[in-house]
Amino acid sequence: MTKVSMTVNGRAVSGDVEGRTLLSTFLREGLALTGTHVGCDTSQCGACVVHVNGAPVKSCTVFALDLEGATIRTIEGMANADGSLSPLQQAFQDHHGLQCGFCTPGMVMSSAALLAENPRPTPQEVRAYLDGNICRCTGYHNIVKAVLAASGQDVSAVAAE
Amino acid sequence: MPKDFGIGASSKRREDVRFLTGQGHYTDDLQLHGQAHAVFVRSNVAHGRIRSVNTARAATMPGVLAVFTGEDFKDVGGNPAGWLIKSRNGEAMREPKRPVLAHGKVRHVGDAYAAVVAETYQQAKDAAQQIADDSVIEELPAIIDMAAAVADASNRVHDEIPDNLCYDWGWIEDNRARVDEVIKSAPHVTTLELVNNRLVPNAMEPRASIGEYFPGTGDYRLTTTSQNPHLTRLLVAAFVLGIPENKLTVVAPDVGGGFGSKIYHYGEEALVLTAARKLKRPVRWTAERSESFLTDAHGRDHVTRIELACDKQGNFLAFRTETMANVGAYLSNFATVTPTFLHGTLMAGPYKVPNVYVNVKTVFTNTAPVDAYRGAGRPEATFSLERVIDKMCRELNLDPFEVRRRNFITPDMFPYTTPVGLAYDTGNYEATLDKVMEIADVAGFEARRKASAARGKLRGLGLSTWIEACGIAPSHLVGVLGSRVGLYDAATVRVNATGNISVMTGAHSHGQGHETVFAQIVAEKLGIPESSVEIVHGDTSKIPFGMGSYGSRSLAVCGVAMSKAVDKIIAKGKKIAAHMLEASEADITFEAGKFSVAGTDKAKTFGEIAFSAYVPHNYPLETLEPGLEETAFYDPANFTYPAGAYLCEVEVDAETGKVDVVAFHCADDFGNIMNPMVVEGQVHGGVGQGIGQALCENTFYDENGQLLTGSYMDYAMPRAADLPFYNVDYSCQTPCTHNPLGVKGCGEAGAIGSPPAVVNAVIDALHRGGITHVTHIDMPVSPNRVWSAIHG
Ligand code: FES
Ligand code: FES
Repeated sequence: MTKVSMTVNGRAVSGDVEGRTLLSTFLREGLALTGTHVGCDTSQCGACVVHVNGAPVKSCTVFALDLEGATIRTIEGMANADGSLSPLQQAFQDHHGLQCGFCTPGMVMSSAALLAENPRPTPQEVRAYLDGNICRCTGYHNIVKAVLAASGQDVSAVAAE
Repeated sequence: MPKDFGIGASSKRREDVRFLTGQGHYTDDLQLHGQAHAVFVRSNVAHGRIRSVNTARAATMPGVLAVFTGEDFKDVGGNPAGWLIKSRNGEAMREPKRPVLAHGKVRHVGDAYAAVVAETYQQAKDAAQQIADDSVIEELPAIIDMAAAVADASNRVHDEIPDNLCYDWGWIEDNRARVDEVIKSAPHVTTLELVNNRLVPNAMEPRASIGEYFPGTGDYRLTTTSQNPHLTRLLVAAFVLGIPENKLTVVAPDVGGGFGSKIYHYGEEALVLTAARKLKRPVRWTAERSESFLTDAHGRDHVTRIELACDKQGNFLAFRTETMANVGAYLSNFATVTPTFLHGTLMAGPYKVPNVYVNVKTVFTNTAPVDAYRGAGRPEATFSLERVIDKMCRELNLDPFEVRRRNFITPDMFPYTTPVGLAYDTGNYEATLDKVMEIADVAGFEARRKASAARGKLRGLGLSTWIEACGIAPSHLVGVLGSRVGLYDAATVRVNATGNISVMTGAHSHGQGHETVFAQIVAEKLGIPESSVEIVHGDTSKIPFGMGSYGSRSLAVCGVAMSKAVDKIIAKGKKIAAHMLEASEADITFEAGKFSVAGTDKAKTFGEIAFSAYVPHNYPLETLEPGLEETAFYDPANFTYPAGAYLCEVEVDAETGKVDVVAFHCADDFGNIMNPMVVEGQVHGGVGQGIGQALCENTFYDENGQLLTGSYMDYAMPRAADLPFYNVDYSCQTPCTHNPLGVKGCGEAGAIGSPPAVVNAVIDALHRGGITHVTHIDMPVSPNRVWSAIHG
């Protein structure tokens, strides 16, 4: 076991991990931040996406030990300071961008990263960016709509496209 | 103006807040003091005789607490089949035992034959590998192909079943001779052989179970990813382990999707309970995705030959089908009803066809069990019908819109009994067809086709007009047909002393939004804010005995039970109000949250009545019990029959064979709508899965029974870029005539109606592009298959 320290959602944390401990495991079991989900074992589903030093990363593909000193943001750190939903989270609720909620943390984290890079994406750009995030419930329609709405675009005609 | 609360409002989902902030509570999120970890030892061959399972070395490895093998469970019960099907000759289906851990033989890759419980997951995993290394399993030839399985009596999945046949079912057997005769003498017969591809449900949350045992009381608790905790409790307690039901609590907390795969009881649940009792510690197991692929019940997997007999104008005279349905290695709980009563009974579609006969042979193979997956039997029926109708239209050069219209059951014909035994209560199929043609701008298709052609693409239009049966019932009828369970549901409405409400439902929400939608219904009926109503589900110690959520039954069965319980609350409230207002009960009216004496301004609010029920100072105690809590069980008189018309537009790149769905339009009749936003979401999800089946997904076992599509690297889950925006209309509403909410169910519609629309569109695109030798392509309609069909 080796000690690792990082900043998670603005809080300095540390814990003892094995060399093989994944970031997803450290977050879920070490820090009890169970909002980050694990949906696969091949780095395909994206349910585990978090931000590492501002960039979206599948937390099941990185070792916790390699992240000494890193700044991590998870779904638990996405709400406004007063606890209310951030505009992106609010758009997911307003546009029914989630059903069972299992893919949702990864979807929100990936979408937030997209909007940081590309504040007014096209529908095609949203779909392409979310290639690494699988949702089985929504058929993606309302996820794409929510991300477009969060970027300030009018989505009232989306269904008719 | 759209409503902003209650029935018909697109109320925002309250459950979203916890899911969007990482505060959901899924099974694997639970960490318990003293917990131990289970890992299963799974067969890596499809078919093998277990010569020895040697656990000695594993048992001494670091952290190992207990080891289990098939031997430990050989005397407990098997996981039962929920529906007894009889063969055409009257014989009962073959029902091999499905043990907790394989004993004697392993029967599919992934079949668990041992399990290890250790202090940590990694220790359990290491020890499981040791058992695999130390055990001897003699590999036998795998039985994979259904036709070969039935033909070769020497090679058996279950030694006691000689021809690997579960049953040979005819529906309706009395129709058979007449159907044969009509087909023989018909002016035209179209024949189609097709495969309904095997799918892996792939709920994004893998299955997980945690067993607990409380030595002080002898109680057990199972926290598990279930769509129906009471059914799971019944199966694991009464059938498998022999625990009294009242000593076991089953909790299904937030569940990350099910689509059928989490209806069933699985052996892992029995194992964690057994291990917890033995170790007196909580024992947990969470599936890796690879385990989900290998062991979750799969869906579909039919091979069908369908014939359509008609006259030269396309008037249907008869349908006849012969299907082989793969049931896998063991009977999952609803595996036997899915290809029969959920499939054969739908084989008349929305059409007034006079003669239908369905034959289904269900076959054991060395593959994972196959059971109900979103739609369950009805997608298979719809696909066969809608594909053969399209093929017939091409053969006779008839308009597919017109042919369907000509054959529809018309609104004046309801109630309508089909030749395959269902009594449709209401519908208007022509209305949904007109609607979908309008919203899809069929008139403008030719211009769009030309624009596609200018870009080098072939554009096609595919139609599917579908019907399904939800809320399977009534219990006395399904009992006659072989069901071993009742199919009612239940809800308890508890009005608390301060007037807010807790509703305990037998339905379970794993994405459907019951916490919001059920509250809308109660709020509307009682004239109180939605925020005053809390929906409790998923815990057998809190909820009444209901059958859970599957088959689009939550609203149509459990929602109605809840509505009836609310009616009882109102009835009792009237009695209390009559006493308090010193009026006769007959003169009390209830509206907008107020009990009033008709024709006066004397009234009591709902809150005042509730308070009086719990603080009964001014209360008719001689004639009325205090308290305000009511339970209703509801056993529907009939199925509900949602129906609709779907139109798909595709572009095909003839150079590469790639198909793009460029537009998808749905006109559905779900009866009355409780929350339009949620209904649209359900249709989106279903259509997304249907397009996935049509274009992307396939489950492929090689001849040795190895699953070649066992991860997201190989199994093509539809991603965002594979799917279009959907255009969903639900304005054609013929409310269900036999439930008081007038609702029909919308959860499976999309997955039922969409696959044939997609394939019909691809064939249409090829034909319009002059490639007329292609009459059918099996799903998934992959670039390779399209290209090969074009060049074949
Ligand atoms: S769990 Fe990380 S990509 Fe699936
Ligand atoms: S909301 Fe269930 S997987 Fe996306």
